Amino acid sequence: MLDLVGKRNLWFLLSALFLVPGFISLIFNGLELGIDFTGGTNWDLQFEQPVNTDEISQILDENGFGDNVVQLSDDNTVIIRMAEMKEGSPEKDAIESDFIDRFGQFEELSIVSVGPSAGQAIRDRAVLAVVLASVGILLYIAFAFRNTNNPLLYGFCAILAMLHDAFFVLGVFSILGWLADVEVDALFVTALLTVIGFSVHDSIVVFDRIRENLAARLAPTFDEIVNYSIVQTLVRSINTSLTVVLTLAALWLFGGETTRWFVFALLIGVVAGTYSSIFNAAQILVAWESGDIKRAATFWRRDRVAAPETGAAAHSR
Amino acid sequence: MRIKTWYTLVFIAIITLVAGWITLPTDVLNFNGAKDDFYVREGLDLQGGLQVVLEARPPEGQDVSGDALEGTRDTIDRRVNSLGVSEPVIQTRGDNQILVELPGVDDPEAAIEVLKATALLEIIDTNGQFPSLGSYVNTSLGPATDGVTAESEIQPDTSGPTYTTIVSGADLVDAYPTNDSLGSVVVGFELNSDGADKFFEFTSTHVGQPMAIVVDKQVINVATINQAISRSGVITGLNRQQVEDLALQLKSGALATPLEVVQSRTVGPTLGQDSIDKSIEAGLVGLGLVAIMMILYYRVPGAMSVVALLIYTAIVFALFKVIPVTLTLAGIAGFILSIGMAVDANVLIFSRLKEELRRGRSIRVAVEAGFDHAWPSIRDSNISTMITCAILYWFGQYVGASIIQGFALTLFIGVAASMFTAVVVTRNFMRILLDRSWFTNHWWLGVESTQQPEFASGD
Repeated sequence: MLDLVGKRNLWFLLSALFLVPGFISLIFNGLELGIDFTGGTNWDLQFEQPVNTDEISQILDENGFGDNVVQLSDDNTVIIRMAEMKEGSPEKDAIESDFIDRFGQFEELSIVSVGPSAGQAIRDRAVLAVVLASVGILLYIAFAFRNTNNPLLYGFCAILAMLHDAFFVLGVFSILGWLADVEVDALFVTALLTVIGFSVHDSIVVFDRIRENLAARLAPTFDEIVNYSIVQTLVRSINTSLTVVLTLAALWLFGGETTRWFVFALLIGVVAGTYSSIFNAAQILVAWESGDIKRAATFWRRDRVAAPETGAAAHSR
Repeated sequence: MRIKTWYTLVFIAIITLVAGWITLPTDVLNFNGAKDDFYVREGLDLQGGLQVVLEARPPEGQDVSGDALEGTRDTIDRRVNSLGVSEPVIQTRGDNQILVELPGVDDPEAAIEVLKATALLEIIDTNGQFPSLGSYVNTSLGPATDGVTAESEIQPDTSGPTYTTIVSGADLVDAYPTNDSLGSVVVGFELNSDGADKFFEFTSTHVGQPMAIVVDKQVINVATINQAISRSGVITGLNRQQVEDLALQLKSGALATPLEVVQSRTVGPTLGQDSIDKSIEAGLVGLGLVAIMMILYYRVPGAMSVVALLIYTAIVFALFKVIPVTLTLAGIAGFILSIGMAVDANVLIFSRLKEELRRGRSIRVAVEAGFDHAWPSIRDSNISTMITCAILYWFGQYVGASIIQGFALTLFIGVAASMFTAVVVTRNFMRILLDRSWFTNHWWLGVESTQQPEFASGD
């Protein structure tokens, strides 16, 4: 049989390799926050005549919106990102009449304006939502696995796998923000929360099998039971993620522009979720039970507190 | 056992027929208009329109009370009705915000002007008449058309008499529901000294005559003056609900809280239609791909699950129409994602089923074991997804509202419905197949030969 558990350190290393670039990018670049979080205006206009982005930018500048980014899209569509311009404000009227004077008629495809205080509130809520979701799931898993030796440990491992997936998505979007100016918005938070749910969903399926196999005393050691459980659920994990990936890929390719990055976030999150459910969640369980984590902690402490506190290493044993 | 199976099949058939009937377009098989209420509500991003969050900005040193916010909400509600927008959403949000969604509005700037305007509360001398509730009147502070905008569908008639305004919202200090000496609920109100003088002068000379309370030139209450009123008075003769409504109205009129736009989204109708077409296309492609994969890999059970998936789609769409759920782009994405998750339950069951077969179990035992053993995983994983959905729904209340809430709601409904179709429906189909004498070949179930797994011997 495939020995997945025996190579767990390799899987952890692979995860680290996937996560590290994102972490570095998150530390140095952070995320390119969209107007949902920072406040500002996104304005999409479609002109009847070809337009020049520099001139549009200049018109905005003349009307007191110097800090603007103007992009040209298909069919004379212009995407403007600027400081908050309120709907129905005199500034907006002035800019619109300047546009008409210079380029002729246009259609307003969409305009989103968020005030700075609203942006801050959304940011706070987003963080709170992620924390609440984690706590809710942790509690539910602890409840569902209350008959095992260590219910909280299952919840904890699921949360670690979930953080792996969430940080992978965050890292990729941080890099995308840096390379391609991809912004994260409220929809991104939605995608992130869904990835969290999906990730836990996947981990639970494996845990559930472990629970069942433990009860049946299927193998002599915990390692073997976990390995057997992972192998048993492997096909299912891959098939499920394939169905979800297929539907998401269809959405990504054929769905509209508005949800493209949202779907992309879901897509990579689901793939990461499948990886972590096979190679992380249950494997961390083994690492804990077999004392790997304790050994690593002891090693780390001994390494750090070399001379001054000789008692530390012995103490922690 | 067999009879129960057939009963369940009849039950599934009825649900499918009802769901299918509701899912079909509203004008198909619409007996006596029974389906008139069942249609797809399209969110702002699909049909275009305006969403705006207004924040109350009271003058320095004043707080916005919950009551005043409710009153302001009612005022906005009335104004939106005069705009003739179908299915508007007007909700208070948090302590000091009001969320307004106006689908299909083509002049967002004018609409915002209407929403932002401070309500003007007046108490007028009706010259002994009883104007009907809801009618627009001219007052000494302005003509009836002040209550609406040029774009409104309702344009009040200004040919009527101009009534004298006795006091306005600026003179009012407070209003609240209270009890009079007889114990019945009444609206109590207080005026400032300036207002008290004017009000006393009028009421002392008009005892027994009516006066009307007017908000934005629209009559909301007509009361008869029983005695002279100076600084404070009560309005009697209303039921509890009316008392609460009127007190709110007066209070928000007294505050005349200025509103500030803190968030707005406007989507043009063309962008929306384009998105719908693309999402439907994506949904069909996704469904098709999943169906092909399931049939190739799991064969007969796979085909069963595809039928179950079609029933699932009908049920979910019927629920969207009945509840009703406002469909947004993210909502459609949530639905398409839930297709993948619905299939997951079947993948779990069928993988288990194959395992049991390889272990040498008979088809019948393997099928039942597959369903029984897969159930805890399905239940636990779906509940965790539902927990996330609930939190998303809560989060959505504070953000782009219907956009995120739509996603959470559709995903939640999808996951809940999938537990029924993936477990009850496919299981029943499989049971019926098991009774067919020809259904014995393992090939139908996607297993080539019977083989033993490594641990089965218990080594």
